Amino acid sequence: MAIFEKGVIFADVDTSDSDCWRLDEYLKRGGYQALKRILAQKVTPEEVINEMKTSGLRGRGGAGFPTGLKWSFMPRTMPGQKYIMCNSDEGEPGTFKDRDILNFNPHAVIEGMIIAGYSIGASVGYNYIHGEIFEIYQKFEEALAEARAANLLGNNILGSGFDFELHGHHGYGAYICGDETALLNSVEGRKGQPRFKPPFPAGHGLYGKPTTINNTESLASVPFILRDGGQTFMDQGIPNNGGTKLFSVSGHVERPGNFEVPLGTPFSKLLEMAGGMRGGKKLKAVIPGGSSAPLLPADIMMECTMDYDSIAKAGSMLGSGAVIVMDEDVCMVKALERLSYFYHEESCGQCTPCREGTGWLYQIVHRIETGHGRAGDLELLDSIGNQMAGRTICALSDAAVFPVRSFTKHFRHEFEYHIEHGKCLVNHRWC
Amino acid sequence: MIEFELDGKTVSAKPGSTILEVALQEGKYIPHFCYHKKLSIAANCRMCLVEVEKARGPAPACATPITEGMKVHTCSKMAVEAQQGVMEFLLINHPLDCPICDQGGECQLQDLAVGYGRSASRFEEDKRAVTDKDLGPLVKTTMTRCIHCSRCVRFTDEIAGFQELGMSYRNNHVEVMPFIGKTVDSELSGNIIDICPVGALTSKPFRDTARSWELSRRKSISPHDALGSNIQVHIDKYHKVVRVLPLENEALNECWLSDRDRFSYEGLYHEERLTQAMIKQDGKWIKVDWETALNYAAKSINGVKMDHGSDAIGVLASAISTTEELHLLQKMMRGIGVSNLDYRLEQQDFSLDGKQEGTNYLGSSVTDFVANKSILVVGSMLREEQPLLTQRLRQAAKHECELHLINLKQEDVKIELSSQLTVDPRKFAYTLGQILKAACQISGKTTTIDLAQVEVCDKTKAIAESLLKYNGHIVLGRIARSLTDYAQLLVLSNEIASVVAGKSGILPNLANELGAQLVGFIPYRAAFNGYFTKGLNASQMLENQRKAYVLLNTELERDAYNTQLALAALNKAKTVIVMSAYINEDMLQYADVILPVTPYTETAGSYVNMQGTWQTFNGVTRPLGDAKPAWKVIRVLANKFNLDGFEQDSIEDVRSELTGLKDTSSYLNNSTKFDSFAVGLPKISGLIRFGVTGIYSGDSIVRRSASLQQTALAKLPVLTLSSELATKLNLANGNEAVVKQSHAQNRYNVTVSEQLASDVVLLAKNHDSINFAGSYDAIEINA
Repeated sequence: MAIFEKGVIFADVDTSDSDCWRLDEYLKRGGYQALKRILAQKVTPEEVINEMKTSGLRGRGGAGFPTGLKWSFMPRTMPGQKYIMCNSDEGEPGTFKDRDILNFNPHAVIEGMIIAGYSIGASVGYNYIHGEIFEIYQKFEEALAEARAANLLGNNILGSGFDFELHGHHGYGAYICGDETALLNSVEGRKGQPRFKPPFPAGHGLYGKPTTINNTESLASVPFILRDGGQTFMDQGIPNNGGTKLFSVSGHVERPGNFEVPLGTPFSKLLEMAGGMRGGKKLKAVIPGGSSAPLLPADIMMECTMDYDSIAKAGSMLGSGAVIVMDEDVCMVKALERLSYFYHEESCGQCTPCREGTGWLYQIVHRIETGHGRAGDLELLDSIGNQMAGRTICALSDAAVFPVRSFTKHFRHEFEYHIEHGKCLVNHRWC
Repeated sequence: MIEFELDGKTVSAKPGSTILEVALQEGKYIPHFCYHKKLSIAANCRMCLVEVEKARGPAPACATPITEGMKVHTCSKMAVEAQQGVMEFLLINHPLDCPICDQGGECQLQDLAVGYGRSASRFEEDKRAVTDKDLGPLVKTTMTRCIHCSRCVRFTDEIAGFQELGMSYRNNHVEVMPFIGKTVDSELSGNIIDICPVGALTSKPFRDTARSWELSRRKSISPHDALGSNIQVHIDKYHKVVRVLPLENEALNECWLSDRDRFSYEGLYHEERLTQAMIKQDGKWIKVDWETALNYAAKSINGVKMDHGSDAIGVLASAISTTEELHLLQKMMRGIGVSNLDYRLEQQDFSLDGKQEGTNYLGSSVTDFVANKSILVVGSMLREEQPLLTQRLRQAAKHECELHLINLKQEDVKIELSSQLTVDPRKFAYTLGQILKAACQISGKTTTIDLAQVEVCDKTKAIAESLLKYNGHIVLGRIARSLTDYAQLLVLSNEIASVVAGKSGILPNLANELGAQLVGFIPYRAAFNGYFTKGLNASQMLENQRKAYVLLNTELERDAYNTQLALAALNKAKTVIVMSAYINEDMLQYADVILPVTPYTETAGSYVNMQGTWQTFNGVTRPLGDAKPAWKVIRVLANKFNLDGFEQDSIEDVRSELTGLKDTSSYLNNSTKFDSFAVGLPKISGLIRFGVTGIYSGDSIVRRSASLQQTALAKLPVLTLSSELATKLNLANGNEAVVKQSHAQNRYNVTVSEQLASDVVLLAKNHDSINFAGSYDAIEINA
């Protein structure tokens, strides 16, 4: 996937150069300066965390929790093993940003993790990369080897006395392992099922030890923040939404790809960057933050700016920044059927409401789509959704319900037409 | 303590408690499936969702810790709607086949569906179906009924000690299954039937036998080990025992039951069960009425007594017999002048007889035993001897108990052990000597035992340190108690306990060893408030051929230390009177009268368990056929001898003679007088047999339980050699070897084990090896 706009992570990265990910290229771009400065000047973990707080960086994995605050939760002075985890299990439909970060700039993640480990008192880190991108995992292992050879990892890093080891770990293709506690289980060799919280990972994480889990993009932003200052990062965005953010734009646009733009960029501008609607079609709806985010119809979306607050105000979530654009030829029933199938397939099967509910939702939507809808089906979908959302260990069941609710809310007439006539209202054309 | 509000009532509870725990303590029921008080919290069924004020949504009561000032509503609109929602989800893919389900009538899902389910389903799609799994001969599966609460998965992992079940696949295709090609082989597997809240896991031997509401439930005590597990026996309308379930007793079996206790009942109705008295006349067996049989028995005994004196009679009983039976039998036999009485069928070393100061027992209560932070077990195959006590040790080890095992075989106990020494049984005493010496050296205390020739090693020193640190507890198991130097082992363990200021004790093997000691079913002493006598012990009775033997509840040719010797002695005897629930081929050879007595289910009685608790029980059903409770048989037989003191009309009358023994605490004592001895490294030459009984052949009932005999644990290799010995003899797995012991010789296939001490040969003690001699005697192997 191509990268069309560059912000803090991709600044100066020449993606056309097949060696751009290598250590020497990264060093040329000013990489590892932040780490070297921290280690040489003995910057305290508190100062690093304060800088992170100043930057206003909010978790890029979807929840948008302030990264600096998360780091400060770690009992870093407590004796015993602690861990830093990077969540590269990017399974959300529509999202493909972490893959490009690891593909073109893996050392930014490595440096970010070393700094994070330094700040939270962790001497071991893992990067969990999802199983479908095995070649990226292999590349990451190569990058790790480079960093080890340069004494950027291992014992007594650059003579500072600080020890840090980092391991790559690949998943086997389960979406649920993107949940931080399922990810921990998976690394431990257990079945990837989320854990009940409390206890939270900051107290009882990997192998029962305090653990911080950050998204790849968050960690890749760390070197910039520590090198150029938190305020510089903050200034790239808008208040409460600091920095630049990667948006993975897909769907019916002319130029799908990753766009690293300042938070607060109007959606209309992002759409323009992506070359506008494919074939000049009319915009119908957008899922602004990955498939778990509620869908927004075109008119609402066109008023939004791409930041956490604006999208939340419109009734959806910025999530992972996966912008799925749908044009007028999309049948919303068909689209929802596909999403519901995904959540049914990926439910780990642990909690009753999600295990049974996701399947039921899919079965009903599938029935409507195939012309066997019944009167009352929409009310039933609504009721099942209410029995699922917020009643499970993790957020997957909420994620399964959000699309159902938003699709049936904004495009109810299409569903009603389908139930009544057994066929699409729109002339569905996907390719 | 934390104060919070539960349904408008202010309650206080310990910090760290969950809402569900407190609610249950307060007598308030919150529906739940995955929560089980003995298992880790999964919080996945979501049935226990309750409303917590200011929380974002309904919270699972089982996993939500209480906080100060929290307001919980378990029956509010939000809570009930959440619970009803979960119930709907649980039922959409459940087959609702209650009318043909064994769980029907005692099903948590069925019960809760009444309260939280809809009267009609909104689910009109196809239901999921799941293929059944083969979990072995004990547990039947109907996996379509599974609600994925994961209790069974957590049980095998946490309680049984090794994961044998897991959740495979995702979404509503999740399936609980064993590892591919494997079954559930734990000795505690039956408990997953109890904890399964639906009919997914049911009892295979019980399947389709009866509806639960047709059954009478009666309390009893399990006779298969000395824990004295409390059980409820279920009787169908034809007065037949159809299943056994645990009766909760937190001090003993908690809420669990071993498979041996649970499934042994099948043996009660084995075809070898004797239902009518039999006497042998002119070499032929004829069935007779009780009067004839008892007269015949009395006449035989009197005849031997007249011709050869009462010392020519030997009386041997299994400690599976009740206290009342053993009491009446010793009273009757002593009444006619016989003091050759013993229950210690497996013991070899009786040199402490008369020197012991009390009844040997565990050394403390079971609860205190497992609460000890350092425990040393010597000479015990823990899992097969004490399945449930081992489970408690497993939990103790998780809570920082340092457990040390010394045995001739390295058993996989599924416990994280602090140390495990594999030692030749001839070196047990030396090893204990090493520990004693180390303990003395560290603590500066002294012992009267001569340890000059003992050299302490690092491993024994570490055990001594651990025992000293926590005032540890040392116990001797079945193997240690069967060895020829048991007296030394007992003295050494007492000395160690005294040096480390801890405790020592024994692990009784059968249900009522303590009861037998208390009532004086031993050759040298009548009941503790009684007098001293001089009789032959079990070993002497067989080595010095008696003219007559009286056997109670034992198949001596299987139970004795030396089966070859036992069988020969019985066959040579002039008369053998057997009181037994079962007959077998050998018995028909050696016996002259067989009196059909009832097993524990058909008689009232009592057992004194390993901690000295006297547990009485009633017969749960009527005797099978013409069989009679042994206490009644002995009482009437005693009348034939015109003895005084046999006018008992009820079990209470018998018990009233034992009231002085009811408070066992004043009799329990493991200390003993002894003459000082020297411990030194023994010169080991030749091989020693390890005559392992196996978990499912310890007593007559278990041996006949068809389902237990089909389990993987029952399939014991007959001949196992240590890898060192196998190499020396150039034998490999599957090769044939010739085994010789005493006059017996046979060829067996060899199994090679890394876990055996090098000069130990495991030759199982089972029906095939009856002709072999002592369980821990010398043995020869040739390729």
